[in-house]
Amino acid sequence: MRLSDAPLNKIVKVIGVEESNLQLKLSQYGLFKGDCLRVIRSAPLDGPLLIEVNGRTFALGRRVAKKVLVEEVSCESH
Amino acid sequence: MRVALIGQPNCGKSTLFNQVAGYKAETGNFSGTTVTYTESRVRVGGEVIELVDLPGAYTLAGLSPAEREAARYLNSRDVDVIINVADSTHLASALDLTLELLLLNKPLILSLNMMDDAARSGLRIDGEGLSCELGIPVMPLIASKGRGVKQLFLKALELGRSKNGHRKNIEPNSDAAQRHLLAGALANRFVTRGERRLTWRDQLDDVLLHPVWGYAILLLVLYLFFQAVYGIGKLVEPPVLAFFDALTKSLLAPLAKGSFLFEILLGIMQGVAAGVAIVLPYLTPFLFGLGLLEDIGYLPRVAFMMDALMHRIGLHGKAIVPFILGYGCNVPAVMSTRTLEEPRDRYLAAALATLVPCAARLAVVFGLVAFYLGPVAAFVLYLFNLVVIALVGRVLSKLMPEDTPGLILEMPTYRVPTLKNVTSKVWFRVREFIVEAWPALIVGSAVLATLNFFHVAGIFDLLVRPITWMLGLPSKVGVPLIFGILRKELSLVMLSQALGSTNFASMLTITQMVVYATFVMFYIPCLATLAALRRELGTRAMLVIAALTIVVALAASLLVRIVALIL
Repeated sequence: MRLSDAPLNKIVKVIGVEESNLQLKLSQYGLFKGDCLRVIRSAPLDGPLLIEVNGRTFALGRRVAKKVLVEEVSCESH
Repeated sequence: MRVALIGQPNCGKSTLFNQVAGYKAETGNFSGTTVTYTESRVRVGGEVIELVDLPGAYTLAGLSPAEREAARYLNSRDVDVIINVADSTHLASALDLTLELLLLNKPLILSLNMMDDAARSGLRIDGEGLSCELGIPVMPLIASKGRGVKQLFLKALELGRSKNGHRKNIEPNSDAAQRHLLAGALANRFVTRGERRLTWRDQLDDVLLHPVWGYAILLLVLYLFFQAVYGIGKLVEPPVLAFFDALTKSLLAPLAKGSFLFEILLGIMQGVAAGVAIVLPYLTPFLFGLGLLEDIGYLPRVAFMMDALMHRIGLHGKAIVPFILGYGCNVPAVMSTRTLEEPRDRYLAAALATLVPCAARLAVVFGLVAFYLGPVAAFVLYLFNLVVIALVGRVLSKLMPEDTPGLILEMPTYRVPTLKNVTSKVWFRVREFIVEAWPALIVGSAVLATLNFFHVAGIFDLLVRPITWMLGLPSKVGVPLIFGILRKELSLVMLSQALGSTNFASMLTITQMVVYATFVMFYIPCLATLAALRRELGTRAMLVIAALTIVVALAASLLVRIVALIL
């Protein structure tokens, strides 16, 4: 499932990023494969998503979110 | 001894820096306020140390120029102690950087900032345990309230004197993903999550980021901001202006009217009065409001809400920061494009940010349009400005196709701004006006008086006559337009000098005022901004952007003229 399709307030785990460039960039913000996150808000008109990861909140543009693959899991750390 | 402050964006490095060094670094509750390093000598425990505030970096291997600057500094300069400032509420990700810093093998202190916020979120951090595990000192800190600052620097001094590296309990790891796992594990071990109390901070986003109310509130905030700036300015301007008029009259009374000395003194006094009476009454409340919004943490929320819209002009929401800063001054706006990773985004954002009317151009718009036509007209002009920027953005983004994935931006927690921090921020920028712009205003005004006295101002007027003719403006406004390239305030101050009166209504028609203000709003940014553009993007880009602004300014003000003719 793509992060852009993830349901609100469900904890999901990052299983991959489609572009290696983007993966590198996300990792520089401290977002890695295997991290658990939660979509807490979604802006209208294809706007960005607000996600919570490791206690921090990030805005991710819709096009970014479309390239992040996630799966629904129960994460221990949450 | 040289001590460097480093940390992830918005962890309070600059706040800490300002606590010890006085207000020298800009602060704001959003990522990337600091784009270059600031150095200052400070006295700690009887010793003078060189303290450096580095731009925020999530990692030393970051791609944005601001991050590279931080890494470059740490690698090239002789830094004796590194203080790693960490936001204790996000320790897991902050430790990513700490573990990376261990690789540098330099004396390192981990300073856990925002301990009050952590306590509020129910987080308890075992600092001693963490210190043992990492093999470096870990110090608690609440930089905004000045707590723990002294102990931190005494520790830094001690560490710098002993020249001890860290004890290697943890082998530094050069793989980022491995470090991330370790950071997560460390955070799990040394942070206990207690009961998290829901506060107004958590609920505020429900309203401020609401798909409908969020936008309504954004508009309301901007409108109130505008009204407040106008209200205060309008209240202060006339009496101060009257005072200076009286002062000038009594000062010049003993001199013969029309003599060289009389004209020069008159010019100087007009420059002095313009700074105090026309610019400062609007600039000060504007900077105060902007400072409040910055410190509360509202600006990243604006970026979140505007992202979808910004895509239509070829940028993403993060570029909203240069835009908003642009309303204060275009120079920091152009500099803040450094936080964008892609060169194409930086170019586009910088070009569009120079079209944003800065506080100096605000003085022109308010001094002419709002003062004579009312605040609504000024507000409409600002909206028109936004439309033009959107159009230019669309055209430019067609020429430079987008290949960036888009917005990645951290949302800071809301903070209650402290009066001290906001006022020092206002003073920081007002002082810049007083020291740099105001003397230029006075000198410019005196120079123009001299030119007028010897009847040579006409040459300048002739130079830009094609433009003033096209816009239906009196040829005399040529000089203020040319001097406006030096400082934007000059285009208002020297207008009064060129027209020979501060009562613009008697010299210009309403249409002329609006057309003039529109042109000033867009045409060539001031010299300081041009220099910033050159520094960030190179000479060619600077020339292209300057030419672009002339074309845009001409088109926009012609349009205004035509609309005014039809009405």
